Amino acid sequence: MTDTKKVPAIEMRGISKAFASVKANQDICFSVEAGEIHALLGENGSGKSTLMNILSGIYLPDSGEIDIHGERVIFRSPRDSMAKGIGMIHQHFKLVENLTALDNIIAGTGHGLFIDRAAARAKIAALSEQFAMGIDPDRRISTMSVSEKQTVEILKVLYRGSQILILDEPTAVLTPQEITHLFQILHRMRENGQAIVFISHKLNEVLSLCDRVTVLRQGRTIGTVRTDLTTTTELVEMMVGRAVDLSIDRPVVQGSGLCLEIEGLSVLDTSGVHRLSKVSFQLGHGEILGVAGLSGSGQKELCEAIAGLQIPSEGSIRFHGNEIVGKSPREIIKMGISMSFIPEDRLGMGLVASMDIADNILLKDYAFHKGPFIDRKAARAKARQIVSQLAINTPGIFHTVRKLSGGNIQKVILGREINLNPRLLITAYAVRGLDIHSSYTIYSLINEQKQKDVAVLFIGEDLDVLLELCDRILVLCNGEVTGIVKASAVTKEQIGLMMAGESLQEKEVVL
Amino acid sequence: MRLRIAKKETAGGWRAVVIRVTSVLVALIFSGLIMAAMGFDPIAAYLAIAKGSFGSARGLINTVTVAIPLLIVALGLSISFSMRFWNIGGEGQMVMGAIFATYVSHQLPESTPAVVYWVGMALAAMLGGGFYALIPGLFRAYSGTNETLFTLMLNYVAIKVAVFLRLVLWKNPAAKGFPQIKAIPEAAHLPKLFGIHIGWIIALVVTVFVAVYLKYTKRGYETRVVGESERTAHYAGINVRRVLVGGVALSGAIVGLAGFAKLSGVSHVLSESIGGGNGFSAVIVAWLAQLNAPVMILIALLFAAMEQGAMGMELALKIPVSVSDVIKGLILFSALASEFFISYHVVIEKGPRALLRQYRRLGQKSQQAAEAAEGEDQA
Repeated sequence: MTDTKKVPAIEMRGISKAFASVKANQDICFSVEAGEIHALLGENGSGKSTLMNILSGIYLPDSGEIDIHGERVIFRSPRDSMAKGIGMIHQHFKLVENLTALDNIIAGTGHGLFIDRAAARAKIAALSEQFAMGIDPDRRISTMSVSEKQTVEILKVLYRGSQILILDEPTAVLTPQEITHLFQILHRMRENGQAIVFISHKLNEVLSLCDRVTVLRQGRTIGTVRTDLTTTTELVEMMVGRAVDLSIDRPVVQGSGLCLEIEGLSVLDTSGVHRLSKVSFQLGHGEILGVAGLSGSGQKELCEAIAGLQIPSEGSIRFHGNEIVGKSPREIIKMGISMSFIPEDRLGMGLVASMDIADNILLKDYAFHKGPFIDRKAARAKARQIVSQLAINTPGIFHTVRKLSGGNIQKVILGREINLNPRLLITAYAVRGLDIHSSYTIYSLINEQKQKDVAVLFIGEDLDVLLELCDRILVLCNGEVTGIVKASAVTKEQIGLMMAGESLQEKEVVL
Repeated sequence: MRLRIAKKETAGGWRAVVIRVTSVLVALIFSGLIMAAMGFDPIAAYLAIAKGSFGSARGLINTVTVAIPLLIVALGLSISFSMRFWNIGGEGQMVMGAIFATYVSHQLPESTPAVVYWVGMALAAMLGGGFYALIPGLFRAYSGTNETLFTLMLNYVAIKVAVFLRLVLWKNPAAKGFPQIKAIPEAAHLPKLFGIHIGWIIALVVTVFVAVYLKYTKRGYETRVVGESERTAHYAGINVRRVLVGGVALSGAIVGLAGFAKLSGVSHVLSESIGGGNGFSAVIVAWLAQLNAPVMILIALLFAAMEQGAMGMELALKIPVSVSDVIKGLILFSALASEFFISYHVVIEKGPRALLRQYRRLGQKSQQAAEAAEGEDQA
């Protein structure tokens, strides 16, 4: 028998999986060729994670079959899946921080009593060279950037000889430059004949990187299309089920004047290094000021300094003309400044994971209730209002926040902050990892605030969004402002250059 | 066939209660097996324990009396625990409470009315326990000291202070050379209601207070937020240090109150053994009750019954009292294990061949189609 047909690397047919009453996957078909980058697209809760968990052996499907390189398989544990050369790169890295890259990569691979480090190091060096990764195997994970950690995760999987890689939203935590680097690695892997499943919400990435796209919606396969024969509009329509206008509004608002004025603000970290140096800007009411910059350029310190969580080493922050440096976080909340920072793990700050939605809504305003007791009645009403307004997918307001999905967790935070009716709304990474529908809900909420004369400081990652949503954009590089530009008069490339440190102060786009 | 562990979709509700009750039963069965292995009749032993603890008015009174300080200490500790402040210094805080109460009772003139004695001693006991918990609390809040070791070590300090008082400073000259502290005056004894000293009323009041405090007050809410994440608490404008220090002091004050209840209600004389191990047993009581104040009443009664009943058992059957410690330990173990079964369940799976057959059946059509295609290729 001659094999005239190309055998796909992954072939999943008729996969169904139900959790109690929820049908997470219904009769899904998914096929990836060797030497192909294949995107898996879908809104939050469309069944992507379930399908990939089935492929990596975490769940057993209720029905359906899986062929890997033409061989029928049944994965009963992640180990079975790994044995067939499938490796998953999770969003949250599974690395031991105080071990070196080498130790992390070889952990759990040896069979004998001793480890042949020299051989392992040589193999890692060869892989790193082959895929242009530039990883030093002897560096500790704790000294690495997010992007390098991710590369180590990829190396770990390649070291085990994986021919099939699943990447779950790998770009959500990366800067534009780091994304380019990741794409180069992925291109090399494609040339090498590896099959790659790429999960992402960012459609332009999907179109530029991948060969084909499979779209899921409500647990079903909607279709598989070639990226060179489709458009963002078509993909969105497949994902959402109807045509969606992808442009973001920028309403013109006549603001009522100056809200925030920051002058010469510097923040030092615990080891005395400048995280922010001499930052100055002004923000008016009815205005959205975007903040662009590579991750760790001082965005967090800026937010925390304004919210009173970090004490600046010098400079002043004036809110309606009043100095707020030195005031306690509670006094600042009381003045009408609301800050929400969505960290990479989403839960780190801002929510109490083990409490229910209603009790989390209380977090920012319980202190202003009269008397020693908490007024839960008002909080419940508010929680119900926020749940319905933001379409938070939850069984009820008494549902523990930890059990919500990432997108819904973010909506709880943002809903609470907006519900406080702030005068100044600071929001960092509000749409981190959110699907299109939820992201647009959040953009329109922010625009609504702007129209209510609220001053908005919007710290973002996606330059396209910053350019469309914001009135002005402030660019941070290594804690310094490299320019404040009018969003309608600047290009993505110009912002990119400023993010890399080139100052645009002198050019005509400056206000 | 193979066993596999899977996370439950929905945990909690009354099924969790069933699992917890089952775990206690399992512990009793295992303890029974141990007793049987030692050559005792477990059923007779359990009957003796039940009879000794709840079987008579006397037994019941004793059981409740033993449960009172245990419950109060557990309630106090649960405030610390809900902040993730691992206060295992209950024993020391209770002793310190009793020391302060004793001091006040000795200072007040003989003619002092009973109510003044009670109130004065109770306040002093709370001050003593609170002050004693405050020390590790302040160290933890301001320099991040490990409170577990700190509170544990302070237990021994408090006990040695009590020994010093008994042997040297407060040695009663009227005791004819016997190293003993002067008993508290008769008027300071707690009166009895339904045959039990009114410490049980104090315990119930504290139960209500702790339940309401943690669930419905701002401070209680802050306490729980701090326990979950100090960063989040800081972000929400909570003064983390103040909540931590205040919470620990309150926790110690309640534990100190248990020292007063034991002193005025039962012992009447201060000695280093006034804590009676309550500081440690209460840790288990608080955890088994999942820091739920009303549930602690039940658990404390159960533990007290075990202790009380074991004495009856020893008298009747010559089974050593320490068997009750074995039972308590096993209950704790199976309670911890039951937490696992509340969140996870064990799935019995078919073997790989049986699964393959099942999948084949389901995918028979595509299989046939594939075979047909192969046939065509060959042709």
